[in-house]
Amino acid sequence: MSDNKSNWPLWEVFVRSRQGLGHKHVGSLHASDAEMAIGNARDVYTRRQEGVSIWVVPADSITASSPSDSEALFDPANDKVYRHPTFYVLPDEVNHM
Amino acid sequence: MRLGDDALVLAQRLGEWCGHAPALEEDIALTNIALDLIGQAQSYLTLAGSLDQDTPKSDDELAFLRTDKEFQNLLLLEQSNGDFGDTIARQFLFDKFALLRAEHIAQQTFDLDAAAVAAKAVKEIRYHADHSSKWILRLGDGTQESRSRIQESLNNIWKFTGEMFTADEVDIAGVASGLLPDLSTLKVQWDTNINDILEKATLVRPEDGLMQTGGRKGVHTDELGIMLAEMQVLPRTYPGASW
Repeated sequence: MSDNKSNWPLWEVFVRSRQGLGHKHVGSLHASDAEMAIGNARDVYTRRQEGVSIWVVPADSITASSPSDSEALFDPANDKVYRHPTFYVLPDEVNHM
Repeated sequence: MRLGDDALVLAQRLGEWCGHAPALEEDIALTNIALDLIGQAQSYLTLAGSLDQDTPKSDDELAFLRTDKEFQNLLLLEQSNGDFGDTIARQFLFDKFALLRAEHIAQQTFDLDAAAVAAKAVKEIRYHADHSSKWILRLGDGTQESRSRIQESLNNIWKFTGEMFTADEVDIAGVASGLLPDLSTLKVQWDTNINDILEKATLVRPEDGLMQTGGRKGVHTDELGIMLAEMQVLPRTYPGASW
């Protein structure tokens, strides 16, 4: 039945909740096209009032960073506190930005 | 009562798909629809049960203690599920009807309680109708096999569609009061909606032959008795049980 697997590709589902500002990843499902994916996502992932907006993306379109690279990608940011706006003390005259 | 019975019988049938649908997502879709229908059944049957002021009945009493002769659902809805295509065909033909009916009841002012129930139902049925229509399109305008099978499903079930538009004295009284829609007007709209989808799905609308009726009067096919036996066995064996 490998035919079916290729006809119903995997989609990643992102849902924005009523109080939320951004879509969060909630899981994945299979569907044959985008419209069906939205319908399935509505049925599977918003049953318990989880959300008010759905995005579906073909799983193939998503590129993820590799865990083995995480040291090189993310560790160097750990000791660069000057990249945070709160690091800087503003003179009183301009302190109300 | 009829609105409640329609919803209840269809819900019970759809519930039979739980764990058996062709795909996980579809299993959840069908059972979600069943849950929506149970909600509608509960609301309508509660209203119906309260109408008899001398011996009011609860929705559970009506659902689980009446015999098949006392049920007033459409024959279309009590038929066995068959395969997925048969279920979708039944759903599609009913949903389009149910939506028009609910839209009418939601905006009438003769019975505000019923209007409230119908207003909520409209949102649910709109989704059900969308879901079944999309499947008709996929199956019809799909492969050779899917098209011939869904066509056969529609052909087999067509003889039960006439009942939806057959008015009896209850319907006539309902139209007079404003509560119920005029079924012949409804049929015109239903025909347009159905034909539109069937055409896009490259399917042929079955010929109108002899139509089977009787459900509204409690004259049912064997299917209902068997279905109710399973549905009602628990409350009948252990009256007053709860969990």
